[in-house]
Amino acid sequence: MTQDSARVERAALETEREANPALALLSTSVGRNAGLVVALLLICVVGAVSAGDRFTSSDNALTILRLAAGVGVVSIGMTFVIIGGGIDLSVGAIVALASVWSTTVATQQMVEDTHWIAMVGVALLVGAGCGLVNGLVIAYGNVVAFITTLAMLASARGLAEIISDKKTQIIPRHGFAEFFNGDLLGVSVQIWLFALVAAVGWILLNRTTFGRRTVAVGGNPEAARLAGINVKRHTVYLYVLIGVCSGIAALMLVARTTTGSSTHGTLWELDAIAAVVIGGTLLTGGRGTIVGTVLGVLIFSTLTNIFILNNRSFSEQSLFKGAIIVAAVLLQQRLASRSNT
Amino acid sequence: MSLRSTTPKTRKRFATSLVAGLAVLALTACTSNSDGDDTSGNDSGGGAVAAPAGSNDETGDTVVIGFSAPAADHGWMGSITESAKNEAAKYDDIELRVAEGTNDVAVQISQVETFINDKVDAIVLLPFDGAAMTPIALKAMAAGIPVINVDREFDDPNAARVTVLGDNYGMGVSAGAYVCAEADGNKDAIVAEIAGIDSLPLTQDRSQGFNDALAECGLDVDNRVAADFTVEGGSDAAEQLLQAAPKIDFLWNHDDDQGVGVLAAIDNAGRDEFTMIGGAGSKNAMELIKSGDSVLKATVIYPSTQAADGIRLARLLVQQKAMSDLVEVEVPRVVQLYAPVVTADNVDQYIDTAFES
Repeated sequence: MTQDSARVERAALETEREANPALALLSTSVGRNAGLVVALLLICVVGAVSAGDRFTSSDNALTILRLAAGVGVVSIGMTFVIIGGGIDLSVGAIVALASVWSTTVATQQMVEDTHWIAMVGVALLVGAGCGLVNGLVIAYGNVVAFITTLAMLASARGLAEIISDKKTQIIPRHGFAEFFNGDLLGVSVQIWLFALVAAVGWILLNRTTFGRRTVAVGGNPEAARLAGINVKRHTVYLYVLIGVCSGIAALMLVARTTTGSSTHGTLWELDAIAAVVIGGTLLTGGRGTIVGTVLGVLIFSTLTNIFILNNRSFSEQSLFKGAIIVAAVLLQQRLASRSNT
Repeated sequence: MSLRSTTPKTRKRFATSLVAGLAVLALTACTSNSDGDDTSGNDSGGGAVAAPAGSNDETGDTVVIGFSAPAADHGWMGSITESAKNEAAKYDDIELRVAEGTNDVAVQISQVETFINDKVDAIVLLPFDGAAMTPIALKAMAAGIPVINVDREFDDPNAARVTVLGDNYGMGVSAGAYVCAEADGNKDAIVAEIAGIDSLPLTQDRSQGFNDALAECGLDVDNRVAADFTVEGGSDAAEQLLQAAPKIDFLWNHDDDQGVGVLAAIDNAGRDEFTMIGGAGSKNAMELIKSGDSVLKATVIYPSTQAADGIRLARLLVQQKAMSDLVEVEVPRVVQLYAPVVTADNVDQYIDTAFES
């Protein structure tokens, strides 16, 4: 069934390509990603021209990547959820909750008694737990994802405030911070983690049944169900996956700041969704790429970096960011309507 | 105990200290009156009273200062960045790089990293969360860049060379002492409190100071709500509070920015049975105090010019100068500012340095 629709789509694309080669190329995923690479390169040229060596130095490149890493990991999870036809507004709040839970006195005691890996376990479990609740309510409670995760956004941050008593929880600088905030082969572990999560995400999406099912569920849930996919169970998996990603991002933030706080990860959900959307993933589901998301994240963090280097205000940057998102979505809609005709 | 009753020995000691005191005065007069006296009318942000300027103000080697502060989402924070910029503009030898405006610690860390990559001479940092910015500040210090920590403290003293602080605890004490004086022994007075962002240590310090001062005269806080330093948050919190407390005698609102919303909610509810005390010291709060026809009768100051002070100290530090009014030859480790109570009687003294909310 899905193979059929894929064949139809491919045929449609082929006719398209004959009609207008440039536009047709843009509507394939490889072409779209090439477009993003060009956009990123253009931004880099602006950076190099306006800030010179200060932009092009390797230290600065690492700074950009470190900034991208946290939101990047969340965005990989977001790519799966959005391809699967959902949305998750609660990731920032889950990051806050996981950061708080993994830095409580009790957890730190556990770390002292055993190993700092306990902290990792706690954060991942909290993330997975929140994701599981989201997934169950959406799949089996038939509540719209937007509402469910909005509720989780409020309650996870509320719970984080209750647990931390709204205070910033400071952890001692033991092995955990040294590892997660350290360097490996001259590159920050945070960047390695982002690369690792992106690589695993790519394999999962492109080379496994899980990935194909995600595309099928997002593209046409009814067809996917008829094709024998357990759509409800798969939806739950997707939200657990993004929960785990949020847990990893929380660990990275805890290591960078040596703190857990209920204010961590504020508005990360919007950054992640924005990166996924400009990365070419359809908000309606069924199509998207990991490479596009990574490029989307890099475009935003490079932009932030250039604004800092050039002494420009954050407000101008927000304005610019908004314009980029609208432009990306408009382009996407045009391409979508072309491939539908 | 008058002078007449003192023994010859103590009288002699008095005379010596008098001479010593005069000598110090004469010395400071010398150092602070050397050439190039301040003629610019020194207008920091709201127009601070000109501090005595000495040779310190002479142009020296150019100092590159990186500056980062949270988003200017309320007047006080806006004034922090504004006054820092204005202060830097007054010196030919300061090159200020401003990376203002983020409430995301990950982004603020990235800003400081950029300053380290840039090898700026000093970093003036008002962290969104002091504890969370400590590791990166330590990294800057380790890279040989002095960090001037403003307002929200790091949790490691080694993370900053100089710390410029307001007195949050002192604000609470000043407000509480004012309430005690006005209550005049009335132990049944109903006291309410509208706090700022509860998760910040500064809010906890303010509340602690307020409670401690109230306890001195047997009062306590009967109703407490927290807002978020914004007009909207202040209005929401005040509405809740007024609903919960049908009669109030004294109300301390931590922050004059959210105070705009608080006063609007009080107006809407038609309440005027209590005395309100503000916090931080905005210009419009002071104008209301001056006019006398508002429930707002006083405010306690939390200077919005402290980042500007941070900029000045960073410059002195890098140029290896000291504060000319102190004998000490190095810039001090901590500078803490005072939290005076502003009432209709002394408002004229403070209104010029107040910030616009």
